[in-house]
Amino acid sequence: MTKNRFKKSLLLFAVFFKIGLFTFGGGYAMIPIIEREIADKKHWIKNEEILDIFAISESTPGPIAINSATFVGYRVAGVLGSACATLGVVLPSFTIIFIISFFLEKFKSFKAVEYAFNGIKAGVIALILRALYTMAKKCPKNIISLIIACVVFLLSVVFDINLFLIIILAAFTGLIYHLICLKLLKKRGNKNDIS
Amino acid sequence: MIYLDLFLTFFKIGAFTFGGGYAMLPLIQEEVVSHKWLTLDQMIDFIAVSESTPGPFAVNISTYVGSQTGGFLGALCSTAGITLPSFIIILIVAKFFIAFKESTVISGIMVGLRPCVIGLIASAVVGLINTVFFTGFSGIESVLTVKFISSAVILVSMSVLLIKKISPVIIILLSALAGIICGYAFGL
Repeated sequence: MTKNRFKKSLLLFAVFFKIGLFTFGGGYAMIPIIEREIADKKHWIKNEEILDIFAISESTPGPIAINSATFVGYRVAGVLGSACATLGVVLPSFTIIFIISFFLEKFKSFKAVEYAFNGIKAGVIALILRALYTMAKKCPKNIISLIIACVVFLLSVVFDINLFLIIILAAFTGLIYHLICLKLLKKRGNKNDIS
Repeated sequence: MIYLDLFLTFFKIGAFTFGGGYAMLPLIQEEVVSHKWLTLDQMIDFIAVSESTPGPFAVNISTYVGSQTGGFLGALCSTAGITLPSFIIILIVAKFFIAFKESTVISGIMVGLRPCVIGLIASAVVGLINTVFFTGFSGIESVLTVKFISSAVILVSMSVLLIKKISPVIIILLSALAGIICGYAFGL
């Protein structure tokens, strides 16, 4: 049993190393690869569970790639498995970027590269705008979401309030609103029971 | 102590980012730029590098900032910092999976956090647009500079290509090409 767990952990490391090495663009790009490698090929986890894992990864703090690696690792081989999977997913990025970090600034001192980065900056804003659009599309569309998004935007841009404070306030507001809604629903439910 | 500072800063960023990808951007912008570890310009450039190399943006940027400020040990500290909150929290959540999934407190918090992330990224974009389009100029004449016009043309055309589902790596290559052409044509 323990030997099996050790072997599975090593395999987890290898699989997540591969995932880390071949996904461009982070978290969401990993979903299909995790499905194929972990569920279809190895049968370590059922396909339905993958959706749960990503739902959890989205509602806990931290990068989705690391959250889902830790989660899958834990389900397959406990704490050792989660450590191996997480290390595996981080290591390729870490190595590649560490090497690039020695060249990037020197590379930018070439005139052509400097020009290229001038163009790239505008392209990057397009990429971020697209990510923003995708997120807005996935967010539940109701009055409270609209109010929170707008107030957060104003607090941050106009009043320059600390972002960590804004995040805590937004979480708190959402929680209060949610609890009030649940209470109202329950009341209405009780009334219906009586009538 | 730079190593501890790197670790704690990225730990804080990791613990407060919800939703992955660019959700981290506003916090990186606030913390990393205010520590003077990167300028806003360098951060935007690095987003392009991160899109064209494998792996999650969070790990890429923490490794890069760590390596630039504290060498190998710095990279190790900041990457450990960004990874650890996720790791610890997920281990706890995995143990109480069902309770977590059905918790009204967690779903209530998410009611607030989902739109919050959108508002925060939108505010980060305002800062980025300001840097890319208006640096070095002020007032109404800044809108008429070649820099502004070429950036605007690139931004609009790349947005159109993105709607047509062209891959980010191609977008970056095309913008680089456009930047080189504008650079040599107008001597920006």
